[in-house]
Order: sequence, then structure tokens, then C-alpha cells
Amino acid sequence: MSALDWITQVLEMVVALAAAPALLGWVNQCRAWLQNRRAPSLWLPYRSLHKLFHKEAVIAENASPLFRIAPYVVFGAMVLAAGIIPSMGTRLPLVVSADAIALVGLLAAARMFMTLAAMDVGTAFGTLGARREMMVGFLAEPALLMVIFVASLVSSSTALPAITEHLASGHLGLSPGLAFSAVAFILVLLAENARIPVDNPATHLELTMIHEAMVLEYSARHLALMEWGAQLKLFNYVCIGFALFLPWGVATGHIGPVGLLVAIPALAVKLAAAGAGLALIETVSAKMRVMRIPEFLGTAFLFAVLGLLVHVLLGA
Amino acid sequence: MLLVGCIALLLGWMGIGLAGLLRPRSVALTGRFLFPLGALLGFALAGLAAASLVGGGIERLIVPLGLPGLPAHLRLDPLSSVFLVLLGASSGGISLFAGGYFRAGEGTPPGLLCLQYHLFLASMGLVLIADDAYSFLVAWEVMALSSYFLVVTQHRMAEIRSAGFLYLLMAHVGAICLLLSFGVLQGGSWQFTFAAMRAAHLSPGWAAAAFMLALVGFGAKAGLVPLHVWLPEAHPAAPSPVSALMSGVMLKTAVYGMLRVGLDLLGPPVWWWGLAPLILGLLTIFYGVLFAAVQTDMKRLLAYSSVENIGIVFTGIGLTIVFAGSGMKAVAALALLATLYHCLNHSFMKSLLFLGTGSVLHATGERNLGRLGGLIHRMPWVAWLTLIGTLAIAGLPPLNGFVSEWLLLQSFLFADHLPHAFVNLLIPMGMALVALGAALAGYVMVKFYGVIFLGQPREASLAQAHDCGWLERVGLTWLALGCLALGLFPLQVINALGAVTRQLIGAAVPQASPHWWLLAPVPGRPVSYGPLVFLTATLAVVLLTVFGVRLTYHQRVRRGPAWDCGFGALTPRMQDTAEGFGQPIRHLFQSFFEIERELPAPADRAPHYRIAIRERIWKLAYEPIAGAVERLANTAARVQQGRISIYLLYSFATLLVLLAVALMS
Repeated sequence: MSALDWITQVLEMVVALAAAPALLGWVNQCRAWLQNRRAPSLWLPYRSLHKLFHKEAVIAENASPLFRIAPYVVFGAMVLAAGIIPSMGTRLPLVVSADAIALVGLLAAARMFMTLAAMDVGTAFGTLGARREMMVGFLAEPALLMVIFVASLVSSSTALPAITEHLASGHLGLSPGLAFSAVAFILVLLAENARIPVDNPATHLELTMIHEAMVLEYSARHLALMEWGAQLKLFNYVCIGFALFLPWGVATGHIGPVGLLVAIPALAVKLAAAGAGLALIETVSAKMRVMRIPEFLGTAFLFAVLGLLVHVLLGA
Repeated sequence: MLLVGCIALLLGWMGIGLAGLLRPRSVALTGRFLFPLGALLGFALAGLAAASLVGGGIERLIVPLGLPGLPAHLRLDPLSSVFLVLLGASSGGISLFAGGYFRAGEGTPPGLLCLQYHLFLASMGLVLIADDAYSFLVAWEVMALSSYFLVVTQHRMAEIRSAGFLYLLMAHVGAICLLLSFGVLQGGSWQFTFAAMRAAHLSPGWAAAAFMLALVGFGAKAGLVPLHVWLPEAHPAAPSPVSALMSGVMLKTAVYGMLRVGLDLLGPPVWWWGLAPLILGLLTIFYGVLFAAVQTDMKRLLAYSSVENIGIVFTGIGLTIVFAGSGMKAVAALALLATLYHCLNHSFMKSLLFLGTGSVLHATGERNLGRLGGLIHRMPWVAWLTLIGTLAIAGLPPLNGFVSEWLLLQSFLFADHLPHAFVNLLIPMGMALVALGAALAGYVMVKFYGVIFLGQPREASLAQAHDCGWLERVGLTWLALGCLALGLFPLQVINALGAVTRQLIGAAVPQASPHWWLLAPVPGRPVSYGPLVFLTATLAVVLLTVFGVRLTYHQRVRRGPAWDCGFGALTPRMQDTAEGFGQPIRHLFQSFFEIERELPAPADRAPHYRIAIRERIWKLAYEPIAGAVERLANTAARVQQGRISIYLLYSFATLLVLLAVALMS
């Protein structure tokens, strides 16, 4: 572990913190352009966060301490997750302690705290959101795990940097198993980040909400942390996708500061492309009814299992 | 010497039980003195067994007890030590809790309850150290009977009596299979010591028969689908400390028996034996967690969750046997570690949750989730300690449930090296089911915790709920600390468990990392997990966030009524009930459930909605079997006419037949 490794580690978290609102702003901009609307500023998410942090927090009378702890836990889990995912370098000191399965566990922990907090005040919308979030989660989480298992079997490790290094060094083509899991992963990404076919991030209709219904009772800094956490979650998922399927441009091995300097613009280009792709998907699809979501995610789960089967049949 | 100490402690438990009879109606004697004393003996037992485990030796003893010429053989080896640690450590916490929990006027008088309880503990200990089939089965039966009496503590209620009957019936179906299995295992030597069984050479067919009989016998005790039906009936019927003991500890004695027969007595296993526990285990995971998700009774929910966890354990056993039979010893050791680790974990977290429901039940008198809510304000101790168990059983890092699931998934990831093409295709399905089960367990636990402890109280009477007493707090805290310790120090636990893998598989899991805080059990693969660093990093990031926000901005907070999108007219009854929270699962997996629904008519003055969910297995399997048995019994009953002349005629006819037989030969 050299000092550079630690610098990479901290840099990854800081870049994630700084860039996550911009990624959301970029997706919103692209979406507006695709829909022939005037686009909001790229910096709008930052301004919203700033405004929220300055406000006075109003908390329901019967909220328990869990309600106030949850935003910090959710936000902290997302920052830590950003440190585990090799978005720029693969020599990350923290990764030794947390492999991809632990990463999925970390995301699950964040989800669990968020749903428990949503149930804490005891409003009808809060519990409704919590129930729907768990409905999305119980299919999306195993699908993500299966996607990671395919990559783990390909590279004989569940540590994300090892997977990235293996995939980046090997032949450029996708293996058939990974191709199936890539499809599954995109579906999971849409569902987990409350994007359009599953949930509408811009909705004002409570009855169709999932993510928004869970944070209805939050205000001010707590809401800011929840929102920032959600932006980080999107950033993290996109970076997991890069680590598994597009590992190029990541500084592998001991490359030194130069490799890191190359990695930052590479990441920016990949993020811009992914954001535009996400906006395109959201523009061409319509939100589905809530009870159709399990079918959507069941498809993702099946694709992931198929990917594993194909890998076992053809590979090994 | 350690074995003698263990026997003395088991005898001590029996003595405590008998002492309860001195003043059978005195809650002060049993609660304040005898149960805590039993807890101390439990901790001592765990200490002795841990010492034996670290030493790794084997001790034997022959005690001239029982029938003449049939002395009891006892033995303490690493496998029994692990389960003795489990028994001692979890029962210690449960006994402390029980000391504050049992009160007068709960059916069986406290003194008698104390006897049954400690007899139950001692018999479980004897099961674990028995070294011949005779004493094993005697202890097994004592365990079943004493726990039966504990289940029917509230014997004045008819449904509790019928739950107890079902439990007793299933226990004996299992016991018959065990009897037959031991009969096969002696292999013609007619020696029923375990040493003779290890030495016996069985033909492959008989060995497989012994294994499958043992699987049915121990599976019935553990709650393997389709033999799980007694669990969701017996656990809610029993008082909570007894449920905790049965679910946390007794189910593990069945796992112990399975490991003892499958990996020790039968010698080196054949790989395809493992497919049966593997497939049944995977089915059990899925089945258990689905039914847990739709329950409305909190203890029934936990019982189904136990079924799910037993599925995880048997999946691990199956993988161990498949790998060990295929010559992949290091991976088999890894799968066995996952199995043992999950047994330890489940014993702590499930006991914690069952005891938590016990406190809720005492404080509110309510087992139905739909009438609870908001208890985190009234019962903070129970709520926060139960939260640890909830997060642990949902398999979240850095708690203990995650460690065993991590180990199990790691051993699954080696399955593509298996030399059997067909099994290789089964493995991805297995991984998918384990992953799905883990995610659904999260769903179940959010429902369990959210509906009981969070939100607004659904009934006005909940405002009177009170937190539990100090003995109960100590018991809960002990179990919660166990969950934390097992989660944060996996390497130390695994090193101790190495003696068992060496004993049963002949291989230990190597430690590929030089650090004491890093778990790296997979040789040649860069795979590791460090829960301490994980926890530290999480806490550091969270605390940095807290201080960052506080220093940069203000800390102003105002309390106001819940916003709820400004609707305002919403009442606590409009929160999700247990039925509501389970609705997506019920809707998605409709075909698994037998659903009976009563919907209100449009013009109903007092609209009422009721839904009841049963298992299809009752109609498909159990009711036809019960009907057939009853018809058979009715046919046989025709022989009984109740008149003495008929019976004399029977005797006369029998005599004639015997005479004829004697003359012929």
C-alpha cells in the first residue's frame, strides 16, 4: 500500500461526491433536449442541495431516533460504496476488506435503513413506498448478485478490482455470459435508481411514487443527504457497470500519477455517454404499472441466471 | 477431564430442574435464582467446550448407566464441542431472559416448568456427547418429550394442544427413521456404539439407505420441507424462551446428527448423496422465506424464517458432501465452515428475535402484527436490541448473518470446477435461489421490524406497553453481543472451527492473509473480507458526514405534525398492516399459497376484510395421509367388538393356529 493508493482511494470518494449531482444534472439536461424542452442548468442539483442544507429541519412529532440516523447511514453507505468500486484506479486499500458481495450487502443495508425510516413516521405513503421499494429490491438485489457472479466466475475472484483488471487485460470482446448479464444489469440499474420504466423521479402523484414516497417526511439537511445519497447511488451503479463491462481507461496496477490523470477524463467521457444513454432510455419508454415491475425485474433476474448458465455451459 | 466437566454440568442442570420442584409455585425461587444459575452453568459449558475445541482432542468415557450390559458411551470431539458451545452460549442468554420472563398463572406452574426446561437443556447436551445409538436415541426422546411438555405450557387452549400433538407426531416419525438408520449403520455387527459403526463396511446401497433415512429423520427435526409443518404450529404455541431454545438450539441438534451420520459414521461420503440435502435445502430456503413474507403472526413469521435458515444450513451440508465426494477437500471444508458458522449465527440471532417477540407479547398481549406498531418509543431496549438481530438475519454486513452467507456463496463459486456436468448446471440455479432467499429475508425482516416497532401504534392500548425487566435486558444484550462478535471476528471463529473440518473432511481452510482482521479463506484467489475495517470505514464516513453537516450549516430542528403530503385526515389504521406489507409477495407467488379471502360487499354497513393463508401441502400430502391412516385404523377397529366372548374366541383361535404350526414343524 503506497501513499498513491491512499490518494486514489480518497480521490475516488471525493470525485464521486463532487460529480454525482452533475451526473444527475446531465441526465436531466439530455432528457430535456430529447423532449424538446429548454434544459435546466447542469448546476441545478448543486443549488438544490445547497438550499436544502440551509433550511430549518422539520421532523414529525412521533419520529424516532432511527428516522434521524437513517439519512446519515444511507449517505455514508453510498460514499463508502464509491470507495469500493474501482472507477479510476484498482489499487484501493479499502477493497481488501469489502469485495463485490459486501458491496451488494452495503447497498442492501442502505435500502433497509431507508425503508425502515420510511415506516417510522407511520404515514400511509411512507409505508407504501417502503413496501414497493422492498418489492423492487428483492428481485433487483439477487439479479445484481448474479451479474457479479458471472464476472466473478470469469475472473476467479469476487473482488471488484481483480475483476476489472482481469477484464481490462483480456481480450476485448464480451463473453456470451457477460453479454446476458449486461442486459440484466441495465434493467437492474433502471429499477434500483428509480428511473423511468419503474419509477418516475419527476412525479408529483403520490400514488405512483416509490423512492419519492419514502422521503416525503424528510426536509432540509436530512432530505439533502437522502437526495445526495440517491445521486451517489446512480453514480455508483453506473461505475459498477463500467467496472464489469467497460473497464477501459481505469488505472490498473502501479501506473503512478500519470495513469490517474488519464483515468479522470476517461471516466468523465464514459459518464457523459452513460448519462446520455440513460436519458435516451427514459425518453423512449413509459412508466409501467406497479404490479408489472416484478415482471420487468423477473426478466432481469432470468437474464442474469441465463448469463451464469451460459458461462458454465460454454466457459470453464 | 473436560468431558467429565461437561457431564457434571449436565447433571447440574438436572439438579436445578429438580430443585424447582421444592417450591413449585414460587416464581421468586425459579426466576430470580434457578434460571440465572442455569444460565451460569450454560456459560461454563460453553467455556469447557470451547477449551476442548481449541485443544482439538478427543475424549471418551464409558458410564455404567442404563440397562445391564449396555453402558452409555460418551465422547467429546471437535464436532460435538462446536454444538456444545452453541448450546451453552445461547441457552445462557435465553435462561437469563427466562428468569425474568416466566410468571405465575401461565398454565404449567413455574417449578414444573423449570424441571422441563432444564431437562430439555440436559438432554440436548447428552445428544451431543452420546457415542452409541442407544444413549443417543434415549437422549433424543427425552429431548422431544421435555420440549413437547414445554410447548403445551398453556395446555388449557385447544389449539395449543393440537400444535403439541403435531409436534410430537412429527418428532416420532423422525425418530423411527433414525432408529432404522442406526439399524442399517451397525452393518451386521450388532454393536450399536458409534465406534463400531465407523468400522462397519456397508455396501453402497445400504450406505445410501442409511444416509437417506438419517436425512428424513434429522430433516423432520430440523424442519426441512416437506417435513417442516410442525414448526409454524409449535413455535407460536410455546412460551417465547422455549421457542427461542427450540429454534435456536434444538434444530441445530438435528444438524449435528446429520453431520455426525453423513460425514463421520458413514465414512467418506459419495458425492451424489449430497444432492438430496442440497436440492431439499434450496427448496426449503425459498419455501420458508415465501411463507414468512405473508404471515401476520410475529412468531409464526419467525418460525418460517427458521425454516428458511435450516434450508441454508442443509444447502451447506449438501455442498460439503458433493465437494468432499468429488475429492475437492479444501472447498468441502469451506462449505462445512459456512454450514457450522450459519448454525452458530442462527442460534444467536433467532433466539434474540424470539425473545424480543416474547417481550412484546408480555407488554402488549398481542401476537398479531396488525395490532402492534410504534413500540420503539415505549420499549426502546427491546426495539434497539432486536434491530441488531433484524439486520443480522437479513444478512447485512458487518453483522454475523453476512459472514456465513458470504462463505456459502464463495464455496458455490468453486462449483464450476466440479467433474459432474449435470451438477454444474444445477449450481447456478442454486446460487440464484440462495441470493433470492437472502433478498427476500430482507423483505421479511423489514416487515417484521417496521410493523412491530416503527410507525404509529395501531391500537390505543399500546400506549400502556412497558419495556422489559433487567434480567430480560441482560439476556437480550448477551445475544446481541454474540451477533456482533460473530460478525466482527470471523477469522477467530473460523480458526476454532478448523478442528472440525480437519476431523470430518481431513482438510482445513487455509488462511491466505497475514492480518488477524482479514478473512481470506480462499487459496489462490484474491478474495477477502474484513468486517472490522468495513465497520470502521462506515462509522468514519457517517461521523464525518454528521460533523461536516453540523460545522458547515446550522443544527436547527423543529418538531411538527407529520406532513403526509398535507392530507391530514389519515389515521394510524391507514398504515400498512402485515397483510398489506406482504401483498406483493402474495400477489406474485399466488400459486404457492392456498388463499381464503373474505371481501366486504358494496353495501356492507360494517365492512370486514379477512384473509387466511394455508400451505397447499396440507391438502396435497398431509390430509390424504392422515385420512388413509384413519381409514386403516377404522378397518382394524372392526376386530374390536368390546365383548369378552369374542376376545376369548380370538385367544382360542390363536391357540389352535399355534398348535397347528407346532404340529406341522
